[in-house]
Amino acid sequence: MGDRYNIHSQLEHLQSKYVGTGHADTSKWEWSSNIHRDTYASYLGHFDMLNHIALCENESKARVRFQLLKRMIQPCGPPHEKMDES
Amino acid sequence: MSSKHDAIEAQSKAMRDERRREDDEARGTRFGDQILDTDVYEENARTGYFNYVPGNNDDDDEDDDYASSLPNVKPKAYGPTADILQNIPNIDRNYDPLAEHRRPTIADRENEYQKKRRMIPGRISPERLDYFAEGGKTPDPQAKGRSYAEIMGEIAIRNAKTDTRNQLAERAKAAEGQSSTTANGGASASGEKRRRRWDQTAPADDNDPKAKKIAYDEAVTPAHRMWDATPAPGQSSFDETPVASRTPGAETPHHSATPSNKRNRWDETPRTERETTNSGWAETPKTDRGGMDDVDYIIRSTPTPSTDKRRSRWDETPANATTNGGSFTPVAKEIGVASTPRTSGSFTPGMTPIIATPVGTRAANMATPTPSQIPMTPEQMQAYRWEREIDERNRPLSDEELDAMFPPGYKILPPPASYIPIRTPARKLTATPTPQSTFSGFHIQESAHGQSAQSNQLQEYQPSGNLPLLKPDDLQYFDKLLQEVDEESLTPEEQKERKIMKLLLKIKNGTPPMRKAALRQITDKAREFGAGPLFNQILPLLMSPTLEDQERHLLVKVIDRILYKLDDLVRPYVHKICVVIEPLLIDEDYYARVEGREIISNLAKAAGLATMISTMRPDIDNLDEYVRNTTARAFAVVASALGIPALLPFLKAVCKSKKSWQARHTGIKIIQQIAILLGCAILPHLKSLVEIIEHGLIDEQQKVRTITALGIAALAEAAAPYGIESFDTVLKPLWNGIKQHRGKGLAAFLKAIGYLIPLMDAEYACYYTREVMIILIREFQSPDEEMKKIVLKVVKQCTATDGVEAKYIKEEVLPSFFKYFWNQRMALDRRNYRQLVDTTVEMANKVGSSEIINRIVDDLKDESEQYRKMVIETIEKIMTNLGSADIDSRLEEQLIDGILYAFQEQTTEDTVMLNGFGAVVNSLGKRCKAYLPQICGTILWRLNNKAAKVRQQAADLIQKIANVMKLCSEEKLMGQLGLVLYEYLGEEYPEVLGSILGALKGIVNVIGMTNMTPPIKDLLPRLTPILKNRHEKVQENCIDLVGRIAELGAEHVPAREWMRICFELLELLKAHKKSIRRAAINTFGYIAKAIGPHDVLATLLNNLKVQERQLRVCTTVAIAIVSETCSPFTVLPGLMNEYRVPELNVQNGVLKALAFMFEYIGEMSKDYIYAVTPLLEDAMMDRDLVHRQTAMTAIGHMSLGVFGFGCEDALCHLLNHVWPNIFETSPHVIQAFISAIEGLRVGLGPGRVLYYTLQGLFHPARRVRDVYWKVYNTLYIGAQDTLVTGYPRIVDDNIRPTIDENESLQKRIEKPRNDYARYELDYII
Repeated sequence: MGDRYNIHSQLEHLQSKYVGTGHADTSKWEWSSNIHRDTYASYLGHFDMLNHIALCENESKARVRFQLLKRMIQPCGPPHEKMDES
Repeated sequence: MSSKHDAIEAQSKAMRDERRREDDEARGTRFGDQILDTDVYEENARTGYFNYVPGNNDDDDEDDDYASSLPNVKPKAYGPTADILQNIPNIDRNYDPLAEHRRPTIADRENEYQKKRRMIPGRISPERLDYFAEGGKTPDPQAKGRSYAEIMGEIAIRNAKTDTRNQLAERAKAAEGQSSTTANGGASASGEKRRRRWDQTAPADDNDPKAKKIAYDEAVTPAHRMWDATPAPGQSSFDETPVASRTPGAETPHHSATPSNKRNRWDETPRTERETTNSGWAETPKTDRGGMDDVDYIIRSTPTPSTDKRRSRWDETPANATTNGGSFTPVAKEIGVASTPRTSGSFTPGMTPIIATPVGTRAANMATPTPSQIPMTPEQMQAYRWEREIDERNRPLSDEELDAMFPPGYKILPPPASYIPIRTPARKLTATPTPQSTFSGFHIQESAHGQSAQSNQLQEYQPSGNLPLLKPDDLQYFDKLLQEVDEESLTPEEQKERKIMKLLLKIKNGTPPMRKAALRQITDKAREFGAGPLFNQILPLLMSPTLEDQERHLLVKVIDRILYKLDDLVRPYVHKICVVIEPLLIDEDYYARVEGREIISNLAKAAGLATMISTMRPDIDNLDEYVRNTTARAFAVVASALGIPALLPFLKAVCKSKKSWQARHTGIKIIQQIAILLGCAILPHLKSLVEIIEHGLIDEQQKVRTITALGIAALAEAAAPYGIESFDTVLKPLWNGIKQHRGKGLAAFLKAIGYLIPLMDAEYACYYTREVMIILIREFQSPDEEMKKIVLKVVKQCTATDGVEAKYIKEEVLPSFFKYFWNQRMALDRRNYRQLVDTTVEMANKVGSSEIINRIVDDLKDESEQYRKMVIETIEKIMTNLGSADIDSRLEEQLIDGILYAFQEQTTEDTVMLNGFGAVVNSLGKRCKAYLPQICGTILWRLNNKAAKVRQQAADLIQKIANVMKLCSEEKLMGQLGLVLYEYLGEEYPEVLGSILGALKGIVNVIGMTNMTPPIKDLLPRLTPILKNRHEKVQENCIDLVGRIAELGAEHVPAREWMRICFELLELLKAHKKSIRRAAINTFGYIAKAIGPHDVLATLLNNLKVQERQLRVCTTVAIAIVSETCSPFTVLPGLMNEYRVPELNVQNGVLKALAFMFEYIGEMSKDYIYAVTPLLEDAMMDRDLVHRQTAMTAIGHMSLGVFGFGCEDALCHLLNHVWPNIFETSPHVIQAFISAIEGLRVGLGPGRVLYYTLQGLFHPARRVRDVYWKVYNTLYIGAQDTLVTGYPRIVDDNIRPTIDENESLQKRIEKPRNDYARYELDYII
């Protein structure tokens, strides 16, 4: 019991170790960037999704995969300069 | 059946009769014989009796000279009179009955070596310059810190001084030897000295030429040293300067009385009394605090015998005694003359005198000086506390008390004009008991005024304000808090000091909340307070001789916290902290060592490597081994904190030091410690580490060579099994070394090789083993214990390597190994014993079990019991490892024979024999069949033994061999044993009873319920009353047995009996031991299964009403288990009905039982979810927090269970009730909420929960966002991939970013320009 309680009290710290988690000051841009990356990762990971997209875009699978990977860098464009203060 | 029973009965009766006869014979009271006193009592037993009536206090009356100055009565002490005490034979007067309940101080358990730091005055080093402050500018020479050059100079001087002193000492010793042979003929110098001490007419020492010669150290008496120009504060420490009292001059104080004189004892009182407290350097010793400027510091830290040798007699000037806190004046005669402190100056100020101050009743006779601010030893403290309590009880009656006591009509007379009240406090103390002693008999203290008076008394010594109580030992550190001062009038410095003091006191003695607040405050304000004032107060506290573990832990924690805050400010104090913390590194307490390491590593991080090196560098070639040892360990910690590579250049330089071998020694020791501390983390740097120390193997100094070998051993051990290539360069010197060295050096070299061989590949290992084995075999004969241990260890390591062949070991090693090691002497030392057993087992792994066992099996009949034990333990380990396939029938016979012999002959019953026996029998298995009757005979005989231990052991053995008996199909024998055990259930020793129950359990387990004799229906009713037994072992074994019967053979027992057991089981739920509670709960399940859940459930539900939480929790678990074993539908209706009882505990219990039930039944939940939803819904709407919390836990478990069964409608309904609890603050509720959400995430799918979460992620209130993000994160980590389909469509920011220089900033921010849509989703929709 004590153990579990401790883990919960440190839950936030634990969670912050994972990429993609957020906190009260997470901005829209950061959050949606993460969403996009997760989405791309999911497409890449699920074989059928990749096939489907390739079919729709009439591209080779390798190219679609490459495109998706490339888009992970800044999926939602550059951040606002003053993002922190907004 | 009955005939068998009768046979057993007859047998055990015969045994009992025989035993009785034996007993009788031993006592000599045979029936019908004449019984004489001398038969019963020993012939000369009366010599122990008193043959006189206790005299009329003949020689104790004059005990108290001061008593005659008091009016006619002698103060009575509590407890037995002196007569009785005098005449009790063999009573240890120093025995302190409370000793074991007293919390031990750290100082108490330190050994000689560790005490070193306390014996040395003023070890806390003064501030040093910070070279790295202000970007490495040359520090101001006027600064008060000491520079590196100064310190190195001091150390050089000190070392030179010590050298000279040692030389002088040696010369003096030589001279002493000479004088004793020449001058006085027979009288040796020491005899001279002793005689002089007692001889009343001894001439003054100065006239004695011989004494001059002996007292070589008079040249350096502290009195002179004090004026020594060298400003070496605290450093004088490390040398072995003889303390003043050791000089003969100090040992011949004025003696005026003859030994026969009764007044003699007064002469043993401290003769060197300090006349005044303010006589400069003879000031009350006090642990230094605050400004430690050098001059003042030396003066205080120098032990000085004071010159005033006036006799202190209490009847003369009691007032004087108050200034002399260091020495108590014992009054009672029983206080040994030798135990009187001689000169208070002979003790290190503030440190513990080695003399035991009388405690307990003897202390009652002592008057204590009023508590002035002087350091007290723990013993003194104890005496002081005790004494204060006695004073409290003996305090004179107050006017009110007298009023209450006398009938009306009395009046108070004015005191006569000539009366002068006693003003001296010490006398007052002795005078107080008078009224008490006038009436004798029993007297009950009236608590009311007792308490008020006590609190008054305490108040005197307690600080005002909201501060925790001071312990008497704290006085010296916190005395300033006792003075009432106006804080405003103090200088800022003093205010700060006072503030820190208060905080420290709160941390040290305060309640947890108080401590927590103070700790936070001191951490927050650390930089404001500054490093100096903080450490000047904390560090002396840490050095206090009365410090306890808990207090040390707290103070260390304070240092730890403030280090973070102070960061580089700490630099001037690094050495100071090191001096205090380093001893923790060699503390025997593991946690102390860990704390020490933590502090030093934080210190290293805060102060930086350069500071650490420059501070500790001077200690590396210190002459004192203690300092070098601790420094080496500290350096190893620094290396682990800052990384080995950072320290490598420094270590290289140190290990190559040409100036002193001590530096090389310490450097190599640092590397050894690094290896021990870091383990395999040294591997990347292994090569450089070995290179740094390898030249030490051929150093000219023996000690350096030894430590180098040890260092290599440590490195090899840490690196195992890798890194042999790094050691290539040292192999040759090591092998040369073992051929050249002898004794200790050789031991170290062998150790290094022993650790290296396992790293080598098989071929090399074989070669090197052969090489080293020659030396090892030669050293088998070494008488040195240390060598023996190392040789054994190396042999073990060599044998374990692959390359070594069994044949080689068999032929070359075994003969001499057994010749030199397998003897009785090796069994005596615990460590040798261990090592020998381990090595032999390792050899057996190589050469096979029969080879070894053959050699030692005859020793099972050796006359030394310890040796037999060693043999048994070895055989046990070998046979557990290797089995018995190797053992032929002859050896088997010898083995059983020997073990039976050893088992029967044992005098101290312990587990070694038992385990050995059990292991051998179990290993032989079926082959035991022939011996089982004999073994059982032994067991039966021993079950009938007088000694409880023997019976217990016999029962334990049955449990161990029950399996084998079954294997040999000796059911009949087991039945007999079962019956005998059954008869012994009346056993009165709980330990034995527990074992008997365990044995029965063992038999029942293998024989089965139906075949059991006695039949279960007879056995169980006998067990029911035993369940009441409060002994843990009995409880545990009994409940196990009952549980086993309930599980497998419940039908043998009527339901009524089971119900009775149910009630007993409820009591067992109170047990402290978890395994008992668990067994009890499981038993509920079995019983419920056997007799149906209704009665059991009724009992359990009733039990929910009790107050005790543990009981209720266990009951809920039991209910859950019952419902699991008997299907929930039998239990749920009753349980849900119970929820209607309008009582909080019951309702919570029901919810909790539901939670456990859903946890246990898993998928079965799908059948019950709709049934319980209304109940949970109701619970979720309750005002009571615990209701909701428990309901949420239940929901969490339930939704996990129903995953995939299409119960989303109910779950969603419940989620709507759970969700509002998101804003709860109690940690338990939060936990329950999170677990419910996690469960619902699985049961309901993360998408659904995500939509609940989205509403708050970007809420304007931070508090809302905080918790919503937390929930989101839980979701995200749990179901990252699944969430992809669930994310909302986020509206694009349409306009592409065009950065226009001329555009205003405001506009740019307003301009949305990001692309948030996930277009690919459109392909799907």
